[in-house]
Amino acid sequence: MTDPDLDPIWIDVGEVLQRTVTSLYSHLITRPTGRAVRMAIETQLHAVGERSLSLIDLSEVVIIDFSCADEVVAQLLEGSHSSRTHEAFFVFRGVHEPHRDQIETVLERRGLAAVAETEPNVYQLLGRCSEGEARMWRELERLGFVAAEDLSSALPDGAAVASLIERRLAFRSPGSGRLHALSRLVRRLH
Amino acid sequence: MNVLTVPASLDHQTVDAFFDAVAVSKEGKTLFDARHLRWVDPNGMVGLLVAGTVAERKHGIIPRLELPESTDVMGYLSRMAFFEAAKGVFEVDEPGRRPPPRASDVLLEITPIASNVDVHQVVDRVQSRAGAILTSRLGYPATAVVQFSVILSEVCQNIIEHAEGPGWVAAQAYNWARRLGRYVLVISVMDVGRGFRGSLGDEHSARYGDRWGDTTALEAAFLHGITRFPDSGRGQGIQQIRKQVRKWDGAITIRSGTARIGQVPQWDDTPPMVDGLQPFPGAQISIVLPAKAKEE
Repeated sequence: MTDPDLDPIWIDVGEVLQRTVTSLYSHLITRPTGRAVRMAIETQLHAVGERSLSLIDLSEVVIIDFSCADEVVAQLLEGSHSSRTHEAFFVFRGVHEPHRDQIETVLERRGLAAVAETEPNVYQLLGRCSEGEARMWRELERLGFVAAEDLSSALPDGAAVASLIERRLAFRSPGSGRLHALSRLVRRLH
Repeated sequence: MNVLTVPASLDHQTVDAFFDAVAVSKEGKTLFDARHLRWVDPNGMVGLLVAGTVAERKHGIIPRLELPESTDVMGYLSRMAFFEAAKGVFEVDEPGRRPPPRASDVLLEITPIASNVDVHQVVDRVQSRAGAILTSRLGYPATAVVQFSVILSEVCQNIIEHAEGPGWVAAQAYNWARRLGRYVLVISVMDVGRGFRGSLGDEHSARYGDRWGDTTALEAAFLHGITRFPDSGRGQGIQQIRKQVRKWDGAITIRSGTARIGQVPQWDDTPPMVDGLQPFPGAQISIVLPAKAKEE
């Protein structure tokens, strides 16, 4: 169930890397490369209106180092949170074992968290989050979405739910008040 | 003529004394006499280039290198592309007929690092060989190629971001039969830039007051992840390299200026901190990754 005001878009980082930096580079390494890729993604997002949900797909990336993980994942999230004109939500796809340590490390270091697909159709909350946030996120993930009138019974830790919304780890539809797991909203892109 | 004798064994254990000799060398043209060199690892080879560069900067004359008499050593140097890298660093006689190439455990020939493009090329280049060496020689899982590439990328970026000067990287696997009874992979990354004290000084020296020096700068970067950048996301490179090297039970040491700091496993008797060395420019990083022990 997708609310009409949040159409997900798919961004293939491997393709952005080749298009933006050079087709000669096959890996997401070095800070300037990461910065160029992040800026290309941000430019793409600014063109989609005041709110966006992006599936940032790392599936085709073989190697991502810590510098690039910081630029392409952590700083992308941090930058989007500070924007006053654009409300961006992100799901990271293809965060397989070889990428996971780099991404978790940079998220932890900046006090951030992100929704990531770590195996096909397996989503996890990576980075820094409270026990309550993790518990409510898992329950929302299991349910997929929760209607406004069912929120307090289905997800009883109100403070944690508010924090998930504030940190853009879940999407609350402005129209219906329904709370969505981000993973369900990007499902149609699979 | 200033004659500096290259020790018979030039590796991660002897290179500091060699640098010290270069640092206190007298004025005038320098001759590096490597005729009796019998053993050299990537730290020794890259160290020779660093020493030659420092001697040239110090005295304003390109030094001369007398080549090793050992054909085995000449073969090593040739396989590691030492002679190509030495052009412009040393005045050196044409090495003559070299031994035919043979199968070797060279993972990465001596490669200059001056820009991010070089880092991309290094990581691309090791992909084909890293898998074979890390799995067959060291017994690491196939996925270790990615982690290895990540630490190689981060350690090379250290040259560009902090040294602000040129450097070199090289890596080769060896059988440390007598010393450890296992194969090891030796990675050397060295530069002749401004060193850790120079890189961090503007931002952090005031906080340390009189204690500020090469030792405190190395401790700040190596142990505490401090960088010259105010951004909290920076300074992860060395920390993450240390973490991965520890996971593989490896050793990492960094010399900068008059000090060398290290994270050493049980099998290595290198002290974790050495100071009082002769002032020497840049930073010199050595990483030794051992094969997985059989009982692990």
